[in-house]
Amino acid sequence: MKLRPHHIAPVAIFAIVAVFLYWGLYLNPRQIPTALKSKPVPEFELPPVQGRSLGLSSEHLRAGEVTLVNVFASWCVPCRIEHPLLMELHAKEEVTIHGLNYKDPPRQAAAFLDELGDPYSRTGADPTGRVGIDWGVYGVPETFVVTRDGRIACKHIGPLTPNDVRDKIVPLVRALKADPKQEKTC
Amino acid sequence: MLRRLAAPIAALFLALFASLALAIGVDEPLADPAAEQRAREISRSLRCLVCQNQSIEDSNAALARDLRRIVRERIEAGDSDGQVRAYLVARYGDWVLLNPPFKATTYLLWFAPILLLMFAIGGVMLYYRHLRARARSEVEPAALSAEERGRIKELLSERTGP
Repeated sequence: MKLRPHHIAPVAIFAIVAVFLYWGLYLNPRQIPTALKSKPVPEFELPPVQGRSLGLSSEHLRAGEVTLVNVFASWCVPCRIEHPLLMELHAKEEVTIHGLNYKDPPRQAAAFLDELGDPYSRTGADPTGRVGIDWGVYGVPETFVVTRDGRIACKHIGPLTPNDVRDKIVPLVRALKADPKQEKTC
Repeated sequence: MLRRLAAPIAALFLALFASLALAIGVDEPLADPAAEQRAREISRSLRCLVCQNQSIEDSNAALARDLRRIVRERIEAGDSDGQVRAYLVARYGDWVLLNPPFKATTYLLWFAPILLLMFAIGGVMLYYRHLRARARSEVEPAALSAEERGRIKELLSERTGP
């Protein structure tokens, strides 16, 4: 029997659908791409976490330095998991890290940093979460890589893993430090 | 005895549920009923980022509550419905809209049902054309060759024989 188009059609359609479904298996619906990529950081000014002296504002993120902005909270369990990695980055002086303390009671935020160590150069206490919403934060922890001129180059959602730091964050930070145009994103 | 207790028990339950309702309904409604209605409708069209397939109006998540508060604030500030949505889209992207917007990146999404329907109609038409062609070829069989005719004659004469 001669093979005609309509004999192959069902198999071909199945193959196309299968390819899309297979692709869909690897999409994570929890990872919502940020609307702020390559855009300037939102305007804000926050006082520091209790017991610390340096607050955080958008001005500090435009000061000509590549920075990480880490959104954390004492009630956030995954934040404890990624915390040692931030301490390590801080100890190695790889990059300046600022902390955005999201919807946290002041004393608990201070206790969190006193207990686990404070990797942040500056902290901003955002007890109402308004600044967090301006940053498009929807799940803590989140980590932003900010360019020298204060634009968001990358948003990492969820706790950082050693692989994320090694393969994504550090290479991007180094590239941005070397890149005069500050155009690299992730 | 029971009947005498029924009223206090009912009152107790009523008080219990009322306090529960207060504990859950933390939203402060807008004073103007029309504005409150708008706030609710806008909230119904916005997706909760934590619980994904619920609107922020239906969700109990803390973030959904914060976003409902922002919707009310924007309305009080005099924003139109579109401006309120744009405010959140600027922060969370098109993802927050339960109805995807109609633009270049979503044309495929919007037109896919029509495209698929057209493919299906085309397929069915091709199939029927194929059936008809086959039916026609069965109605008008090829003419018999002389050899075939001789064979038929032979067979028929056998059947009608003695």
